[in-house]
Order: sequence, then C-alpha cells, then structure tokens
Amino acid sequence: MNATPNIAARRPLTLSEKLLEVDWGLIILITLAACAGFAMLYSIAGGHLRPWAGPQIIRFAVGLLILVAAAMIDIRVWMGLAYPAYGVAFLLLLVVQSMGHVGLGAQRWIDLGPLQIQPSELMKISLVLALARYLHGLTVEDISRPVKLLVPLVMIAAPAVLVLLQPNLGTAIILVADGCSLLFLAGLSWRWIVPALGAVAASIPVAWEFMHDYQRQRVLTFLDPSSDALGAGWNITQAKIAIGSGGFSGKGFLQGTQSRLNFLPEKETDFIFTTLGEEFGFAGSIALLILFGLIIVYGIRIAMASRSQFGRLVAMGVTLNFFFYIMINGLMVMGLIPVVGIPMPLVSYGGSAMMTVMFGFGLLMSVHVHRQVEIPLRSAGLI
Amino acid sequence: MPLFDRKDKSRYATFSRRTLLAAGGMTGIFAVLAGRLYQLQILDFDQFMTEAEENRINERLLAPARGRILDRFAVELANDRRNYRVLLTAEQATGGISESLDAIGRLIEISDARRKKILREIAQNKPFVPITVVENLNWEAFSRLSLNLPYLPGVQLDVGETRAYPFADELSHIVGYVAAVSEEDRKNGNDPLLSLPDFRVGKRGIEKEFDEEIRGQAGVSRVEVNAYGRVIRELSRDPGTPGQDVYLTIDQDVQKFAAERLGGESAACAVMDVETGDVIALVSSPGFDPNLFNVGISTAEWNALTNNDHKPLLNKVLSGTYPPGSTFKPVTALAALDAGVAVPGYTVFCSGVYTFGNHQFHCWKRGGHGTLDLRGALKHSCDVFFYETARRVGIDKLEQTAHALGLGKVTGIELPGERAGVIPGREWKRKTLHAAWQQGETLIAGIGQGYVLLTPLQLCMLTARIASGRAVSPRLVHSVGAHARPHRAAPRLPFSDDALAAVRSGMDGVTNEPGGTAYAWRINEAGFEMAGKTGTAQVRRITKAERATGVMKNEHLPWRLRDHALFIAYAPVEKPRYACAILVEHGAVAAHPQVQMARDILLYTQKKDPLRIPPAYPVTAAANTTGRG
Repeated sequence: MNATPNIAARRPLTLSEKLLEVDWGLIILITLAACAGFAMLYSIAGGHLRPWAGPQIIRFAVGLLILVAAAMIDIRVWMGLAYPAYGVAFLLLLVVQSMGHVGLGAQRWIDLGPLQIQPSELMKISLVLALARYLHGLTVEDISRPVKLLVPLVMIAAPAVLVLLQPNLGTAIILVADGCSLLFLAGLSWRWIVPALGAVAASIPVAWEFMHDYQRQRVLTFLDPSSDALGAGWNITQAKIAIGSGGFSGKGFLQGTQSRLNFLPEKETDFIFTTLGEEFGFAGSIALLILFGLIIVYGIRIAMASRSQFGRLVAMGVTLNFFFYIMINGLMVMGLIPVVGIPMPLVSYGGSAMMTVMFGFGLLMSVHVHRQVEIPLRSAGLI
Repeated sequence: MPLFDRKDKSRYATFSRRTLLAAGGMTGIFAVLAGRLYQLQILDFDQFMTEAEENRINERLLAPARGRILDRFAVELANDRRNYRVLLTAEQATGGISESLDAIGRLIEISDARRKKILREIAQNKPFVPITVVENLNWEAFSRLSLNLPYLPGVQLDVGETRAYPFADELSHIVGYVAAVSEEDRKNGNDPLLSLPDFRVGKRGIEKEFDEEIRGQAGVSRVEVNAYGRVIRELSRDPGTPGQDVYLTIDQDVQKFAAERLGGESAACAVMDVETGDVIALVSSPGFDPNLFNVGISTAEWNALTNNDHKPLLNKVLSGTYPPGSTFKPVTALAALDAGVAVPGYTVFCSGVYTFGNHQFHCWKRGGHGTLDLRGALKHSCDVFFYETARRVGIDKLEQTAHALGLGKVTGIELPGERAGVIPGREWKRKTLHAAWQQGETLIAGIGQGYVLLTPLQLCMLTARIASGRAVSPRLVHSVGAHARPHRAAPRLPFSDDALAAVRSGMDGVTNEPGGTAYAWRINEAGFEMAGKTGTAQVRRITKAERATGVMKNEHLPWRLRDHALFIAYAPVEKPRYACAILVEHGAVAAHPQVQMARDILLYTQKKDPLRIPPAYPVTAAANTTGRG
C-alpha cells in the first residue's frame, strides 16, 4: 500500500511486489460479508454445512483465488481484453437465447456438462470493461456528442434487450444501471441526463405493455400483497414477517422460525437477507449494511486513486455493480420494490453470482495494484 | 495526485464530482434501507412477531373423554371402550403403500372397498398424515399386528376410545347413540370439536338431549408446524374438560326385566315412582343396537331397521300416540265426580246399546251390564255407563279434567321426540278440523276413543297421579356431573280425596274382585296387589254388518288389524309406590298379554323395590331435590 508510487509508475511491478500491493483490508471486509452468508446458509439448513454452507465456502475460496489472480494482471491487459470479452459475452447471450437451458421460467444458462455458464453474469463485467475502455478514449466534451454517445448506448442496449428477452428483468436493470452510471461518471452532460430521466419516467406505461404476465403480477402483488396472500404475495408477506419479527437483536443464531420452518421461499438465494434480519435483528442487518458500505467506500477510494480514466471507470463500474445488487435485493426483500430475481452479493447461495462478484473485486483490486499505471488517451491496452 | 495530462485533469475533476454525487446517492439508498429496517424491526416488531408466532404455532383440538350414562345404582349404560386401530403413514411406508396394505392384509382382513377408501384418503392427505386402516380390532388381531410391527414400515398401532353401549337393545331408546357429525350439526353448532374428523355427537335419546354436558370442553395442543403443516414439536397441552356423567333414575334390573318381559312384541312400557315421577323403567320394544350407529351402520342393517313392521326405531313409549280406550275411563270418572254428576247413588242402566240421536253406541258386552254405579262401571269397564256419564259431564269439563291430569301436552321428560297426544275439545276441533263439536263425539271421547290420543308415558303419569293424588311429572335424569337437576315437589291435584279414592276403588275392583276385567291376572301375593284398568284401542272400524253377524275376534284377524292392548296399574293397592303403563300394539287377545306383563313387571319391581335401596347418585347435599314426601 505504501510502496513508492513513482518507482511503480516507471517499471512494471514484480509478482511479489504486486501481492504486497493487494489491499488485504478490503479482502478481509469481503470475507466478513461472505462469512455472514455462510452463517445464514448454515442456519437455514438447520445447523448443517449441507446443502448450502459447505459448497458456498468452497466457491468463495475459489472466488478469492480468482480475485487475487485477476488483481495480478495488468489493467492494460484487461483493457486489451475488454472488447473481445464483450464480444464473447454477447455471442453467448445469443446462444442462450436460441438453445439455453430453461431454469426458473427463464433461459439463462449454458450447460457445458459440469460447468454452467450464465452469460448475463459474464456480460455485467464485460460491459463495464468495454465501456471503460471506450470512454477512456474520450474527453469530457466528446462524450456528449451524439455520434460518440451512440456507440456506448448501443453497447448497453444490445445485451440489455437480449437479457430482457430471456426474460431476466433484474439483470437487465443492472446492466442498464451499470452502463448509464459509467456514462454519468465519465461526464455525460446534464443536457442529456435530464431529458433521459424524463423519458424513462414517461416510458413506464409502455414498459408495462411489454412485461410478461408474471412480471406484471409481481408488480401488482407488490402494490397490494394482501390481494394474493397465499400466492405471489406470499414471498413479500413472509419476508417482511421474518425481518420484522427479528426485532432489535434477533431471535438468535439457528432460532429463526420463519426460515427454519420453511415459511420463506428461496430462503437460501434471493431471500437470504431475511434470515439474517430474523436471527440477528436490526443490529445484525445494520452491521451487514455497514460492512457493505465500507466495501463501497474502499471501491470509491480505489477509483479516486487510479491514474488512468480506464482504471477509475472500471473501479467505479465494479463498485456500483456491487451496490446495485445490494440496493435491488435489499429493497426487494424489505418489500419496497417488486420481486425481481437479484441475489444479495457475497451472501446469497449461488455460484454464478459469487464468481461474477469476486471477479469484479479482482478487477477492482487490479486497478488498485496498478493505480500508478498511466494509459495514453489513444491506447488500446496491452495484448 | 499526479495527472497524465491537461485533458485527463479535467476528466478527473468531472469524475471526482460525479463520484461524489454517486456516493451521495448510494448513501441515500443505504439510509432508505436502514430506515426500512428500523420501521420493520423496531416500530412494527410486535405485529410481525405476532404474525411469525401465528405462522409457526398451530392449535390442535383434543377431543375430551365423553361422560358416561349411568343408572340409579351407577351401572354404566353408556361408556367409552378401548378402540384398537391400525394407522398407516404414507411417507413412512418405505416399501410402498400397496405393499404395506398387502402386508397388513396377510395378518387381518381388509376388504377391497375398505382398501379403495384407504388409498383415496392417502391421496387426499399430506404424506405425513396417518390414515386409519382398520378400527375396532379385537385383542387377538391387535397383538398379532404388534408382533409383526417391525416388518410393517409406516404402520402404527393406536388405542383410541369408542362409545359403547353394553346393554344394547333394551336401552336403545333411552340412552340413544352417537354418530358422526353431520353437515347440519356443523351448521348449527359452533363448538370447534365438531370439525374433528373422528368426532361423534349424540343423535338420539339422552346422548342427544344432554350432548353438550356429556361432550365436555375441547382441549388444545399447541404445536409448532412448518410451512407445510408438519408438526415439529408440541409446545403446550391443555387436555380440556372431560364430559360429565349423567345419572338416570332408571333401575337397569327393572329395565332389563321389563324389556325381556315385553319379548319381541311391538310394545311400550313405563314404570314410575308415583310420588316423585322418577322413571324406573322405560322400554320401547323392539329395540335396536345403538353400537351400530357409532361405527357406521351398513345399508342392509339400516334397511332391516326401517322396514321392520314392529318399528324398532320408534320410541313408542313417548313418540307413539294411541287411543287410550278404556284406560281413559278413570279420567271420565274423575270428571263426573268432580262435576257432581256422579253423586252417591248415581247409577246408569246398560242394555248393551246406547241410543243418542240417530246413532247407536255399543257396549263391549253385547247383552249389557244392567244397572251399574261408578265403581262397578270401572270394574266391568262398561261403555254405556261412560257414554251417559260423559254426555252429562260435557266435553268442556272432560277436557279440563284431562288437562288437570297433565294429558294433552308433553310431560317434559328429558328425552327428545316426545309427543303431546290429543285431548279434544271445542276449541281444539275448531282450530285443527275447522268444524263444530258434535255431542256424539263427547260420548266417544268418554271411553278414550275418537280423537283422544295419548302416549304410554302419559298413561303411566296419569296412573301415578291418580295413585298419589299429586301432579307428578316423569323425571329420567337425576343428576348431571355432581349436580342434581332441579325437581320440584309435585303439588296436590285439584280433586277431592273422595273423588280420587272412588276412582282408585274402581281400579281396585278391576284386578282384585271376581268379575273385574283383569281379575284373572291379578297379583295374588299379599301386600303386592295391584289396581289397574284395562283398555283396548280399536285399529279398524267395525261395520254395522259385522256387528250384526258378530264382531270378529282379534285372534282371527291378521296381526296388523288387531286392536292395541293397553293396561295401566299401580301397586301396592294400599300404599301405592309404583305406577305402570303398558301398550302392546295389535295385542288385544283374550289372554290379555299386556295385563300379564304389567303383573309380572310390577311384582318384580315391588320385590326388588329399588326405591328402598339408597341410590348411587354423586350428589352430596339433597339440595333442591325432593325425596318422597
């Protein structure tokens, strides 16, 4: 952390120097958040590592290796890989669209025997990389030019539409949010932003027309959970009961009746936060939010410290992606927005999201390790 | 922070500003999340805690033990018997449900119909709900199963309770029976117990009339359940309040004797304490086996009961109304005495026929009785005497007397289905038949025919009232639980002692003097003599042509067309203690079977004398009950 910046800027770091540069504080925070997840998965399994906590720990360990490995790779290499990665992710999205496995009512997976790839997850990272790579080559003035702006808008819209068709509303929202926030951070003029926000507001009724029945049902149920208390409203109602009944200090570890007695649906994935709220109460929930907040602060600090626009944008892109997960999942389980299939990062059970998040933190860490690296405006990165 | 060039410097400045804005936005969202947590977990905690508890805690009803029904000496007339059952839990039947049923079927018999029903029930219920395979197993089959239990996965043996009626037929109409809860019961009652699948409610007799008291209060078992309703553990248990025992005034010995004495006849018999109205025996014959209704009666058994011409399901003693015939003559006699018609020296000449207007009214004795006073008329049961006497008394006085004796309305005995019978009068006829009273009808009413209808129980009460001079009403239930039911001392009847004595004297003549209609079947043991009155109720109409050629004897008629035979009696003559009324449907033959039955029953009752034996009622203080005055 305290290595002399000037030296680092002049010659490439050795592997051991890079390892020293890794921000272990951030890794500890990430691990703590993941441990909260392990505890919850252990609890809802009735005090057993199987079927969730054990595999999750292994996945996290693998994720940590990926994180550190990604951090060792020069950000210019990532810059060079940005467009190819985006291209591959986009192709894979097309493939799932035509032949993907249908899981949970949506086409999301590519089944390669032991390995299941979720291209939409891959796309989240690739989009951040590709947009950062593109925006790195633009000055503040360039960004607001319609011709220059068209490219990133297409880069965002094309995968978002494909994901929406799967249909996976949650991921589509995150892709658009990731992309737009990068445009915003890169300095997109308010002359564009304000009308765009207005257009979004105006298009809500149009979006309603294009929604799937189950998505509309979710929205309607969200607005009035009691209208369908035993059907679609069940999730929302039971999640609120679980969180609310935790009180200030919670019912205690392994004592959550809502999750233990199976009143919570998808308790190990999207609704894991409710178990935390039930067993550790307000104190525990706030503690996890603080942990998340600290990770985000680390991300912002890393972004601000980078000497390259690419590094800054990648760091903030990854951080905001992490934030959007928390925001959407948090608002959802607390009954503030309709149910969309977004897990709580690091905590929810699931391999694909865990790998995406850890790989994202790997990129963030790479930006941190290579914060002194300067990249020319017209650079295409290292390949 | 050293920067790359001037252009990047401006980009960095923009980026920093915008990042700060984004950080602010993120902080805002985190504040919303924290605020929402505060709202849910701190402000609304109580509400959500309650909802979580409601989610997880399920209250299961526990059926209380049903109270017993006992006689005056605490003999159990209805109780709970152990019910050995076999249950099968689908999810534990590891070898498959069919295989498990086959395995059980090798040890005990399971009919194909039963098997189908079990499979249907299993399909309708969650896999962890135990389904009853066979009930009411005998001990031998039960032990055979328990021996093989290790080889029967998913099978549990269970001991439940089933209502049992040890005396079956002879008490069926008093005790009644329990059966499965009907839709109507559920609609009318709000007791949560009614929703229990195996619950039984009283459907007849005491079981019905005192169902609430015998049933008891539901217990509750609070259990923790998961979202699928599976019980995880029991949190607390309140066993509820067991039902109360009901003590009857019946003496099972007398009841049994009377039931046996009635034989298979279509008959009814009531025996009563003349002072208190306590019912010692109440039999309607033939009875039925109430145990059938509890376990579920088969169609064949049901048809056998409903198609039987002896009507075993009808409680004839209080739901059957019959023309009392000559057993009504004491009422007419009392009316005549009370109205001053039958003054000392009052006589009527009987020629065998009584002409009134254009009609001829016949006495049962073709040649007539000659001149008779009131005592002789009762003793010989002269019809002409009572035609003339009823005419003089008038229907209004006759009706009033009958009402004073408690006739024409229900006695109020603690059993469902009691009928009021009919005591006709001008008002009654106008209301029900919309016609004016004919004086000829007064004559017919005077001998207990025509419109007059009484239940055997009313006849027994009438006898008790004449014998004791008190307005006694029948009582069947002495106490519920440890509480005696209120029973007022019977007030005196509004008739003079002389009038009552005159009627009793006539009834004494019936049985104890040569020439009396029941003399042949009197009680011939000193101190046990009975006084009574015979009666015959016509079932068919006797045509003029038949009367001319000679009335067919009942013995020569098919059973259905024979007259009903009635007899009322009390004993002993000197100091009456027991009243008895007997009706034998289509039993009016020369041998007077009903008188013989009454004779035997009254003799048996007097010899045992249950009123002298201290009863086993669980009542500590005499409280508001009245013993014998």
